[in-house]
Amino acid sequence: MTNKKGHFGEFGGKYVPELLIPALEELEEAYDKYKDDPEFIEEFEYYLEQYVGRANPLYYAERLTNKLGGAKIYLKREDLNHMGAHKINNTLGQILLAQRMGKERIIAETGAGQHGVATSTVAAMFGMECEIFMGAEDVERQALNVFRMKLLGAEVTPVTEGTATLSDAVDAAIRNWVENVDDTFYLLGSAVGPHPYPTMVRDFQSVIGQEAREQILEAEGRLPDHLVACVGGGSNAIGLFYPFIEDKEVNMIGVEAAGLGVDTDKHAATLTKGSKGIIHGFKSYVLQDDNGQIMPVHSISAGLDYPGIGPEHSHLRDIGRADYEAVTDEEAVKAFKLLSEVEGIIPALESSHAIAYVKKFAPKLDEDEIIIVNLSGRGDKDVYTVADRLGVDL
Amino acid sequence: MSRISSTFNQLQAKGEQAFIPFLMAGDPNLDLTQELVLAAEEKGADIIELGIPYATPLADGPTIQKAGRRSLAHGTNLNDIFSLIAKIRSKSEIPLVLMGYYNSIYNYGLEEFATECEEVGVDGVIIPDLPLGEDEELRAYSESLDIILLMSSTSTEERMKSVAENSSGFIYAVSTPGTTGAREEVSKEVETLVKKLKKLTTTPVAVGFGVSKPAHVLVINKFADGVIVGSAIIEKIEDNLDLIKDEKEEFVTKVTDFIYSLSNPKT
Repeated sequence: MTNKKGHFGEFGGKYVPELLIPALEELEEAYDKYKDDPEFIEEFEYYLEQYVGRANPLYYAERLTNKLGGAKIYLKREDLNHMGAHKINNTLGQILLAQRMGKERIIAETGAGQHGVATSTVAAMFGMECEIFMGAEDVERQALNVFRMKLLGAEVTPVTEGTATLSDAVDAAIRNWVENVDDTFYLLGSAVGPHPYPTMVRDFQSVIGQEAREQILEAEGRLPDHLVACVGGGSNAIGLFYPFIEDKEVNMIGVEAAGLGVDTDKHAATLTKGSKGIIHGFKSYVLQDDNGQIMPVHSISAGLDYPGIGPEHSHLRDIGRADYEAVTDEEAVKAFKLLSEVEGIIPALESSHAIAYVKKFAPKLDEDEIIIVNLSGRGDKDVYTVADRLGVDL
Repeated sequence: MSRISSTFNQLQAKGEQAFIPFLMAGDPNLDLTQELVLAAEEKGADIIELGIPYATPLADGPTIQKAGRRSLAHGTNLNDIFSLIAKIRSKSEIPLVLMGYYNSIYNYGLEEFATECEEVGVDGVIIPDLPLGEDEELRAYSESLDIILLMSSTSTEERMKSVAENSSGFIYAVSTPGTTGAREEVSKEVETLVKKLKKLTTTPVAVGFGVSKPAHVLVINKFADGVIVGSAIIEKIEDNLDLIKDEKEEFVTKVTDFIYSLSNPKT
């Protein structure tokens, strides 16, 4: 029985306990059925427009461009979505699917809390029961998002296993799904996990790239030269990249979290430093020790400290279609300040990694080159972390 | 014929069922695992399932997770486990099955893993996160190794058929939805599942997940070819950890007496 569906080259697949196979097949069948269904698409688009507030702008960051002195920089403003991040594109798509599948209970994992908030938001809007699994350390780091989730009616379950961060939250959510597979829909937050999640999440997030493509053609009359997006699991990046994949002249750059540096043991730079392995039901590059134990990871940004990466990114890297770079906590914090000061936009620490890379990259390019950066989320949630880092007592 | 198959054949000829205890390799330490395996054989174990410790085991409940962490705390890896098995093999012919997560094996190297298994005398593997459909690359290297697949009552008939055809050694029927861990009752679904599987294949079917008492073993032996007990034995190990320093023999006796109560359940 050779089923190569859901593989991106050698990556992806469905490495899960047998118990989950029926649930994944049910999900796959439902997704195949509805993804091209005009009514489903119409409803998805309606809520993207009326509830999320799309299309969001592709904003020409003129002051940042002038300050860096190189390529023209456009920001795709996912931070302006309802709830302040790209995550809601995916949660909306998945909850519409969950509803059609007759599920009553939604579970999700969250790192920074953005996906948890985005899931709680749509669960509230569609009147579904919702439980969010979150690493205990992240619960601590992201108190504001925890409170948001609770306000939205979700139950937040802190996970204390392992390093008590995103990876452990995914484990806990999958385990809960195994136990409650009949009535529960697992609303996965990134382009990771077993098939069909990486494909489905990419498709729901592709609205980012589709809009950006139209907007840049409208503004500049041509395609961009470079796309830049931060990568944890990789959903905002794949959402931006995917509609440009066939446009070979468009470079695609994913920016990973180098934490304290890729040569320390405190980073989350999976493609830069990892090796092939299996994590959370899929094959990809992972950060692991010599014995195949998944390693603890670190980033100042809770949304990027994940020891794996979406399988399609591993594939795009290995075939040479996309490049992956890493920037440190320190560079990200500087970029956080820079964008706030120069453009009046406070970016999420995740998105600050993309900005930090552009800060180094744009000055090396010609003035007639164009970069689109995915500003995947707003930074209000991170002000305490940054203040703390800068030694400011709030 | 593999050691596992001939064990089942011999038991079936006598009208008996296989008793398969699970032990986490290196919990509480590798020497004691060896002693427990050998003592378990004396106390009626027919096949031993040995766990490869993994820090993030998706299909396991808290008890086995903790056992894995105890073993990892002193750095147990696959090479240690192969040495352990070589030592056991010098003293016993009991069929040995390794249970582990795919990343441990993939990281070790599939070919190296299969070669090493053959060399030291591992008879089969159970890899909970390697379902049928993703197992071709491992199968390419492991002709002499039984790949034991799991099956649960929620799967489709079609899938049951494929698993029945492709599982070798035995089929691991999962008794309750969810993760491993001791439970009160044997579910009705598992009896139905075993009966369905037995119609599809002559490969023996053993039941695991949630078996914790002699009474469970008695019920399962009526319809299955074997029974696997994991968490309940690990709990026994956990309860007696204070003995391992000064009263090792007492520790081994306590754990294996419990194994005996399961392998020879009284009606």
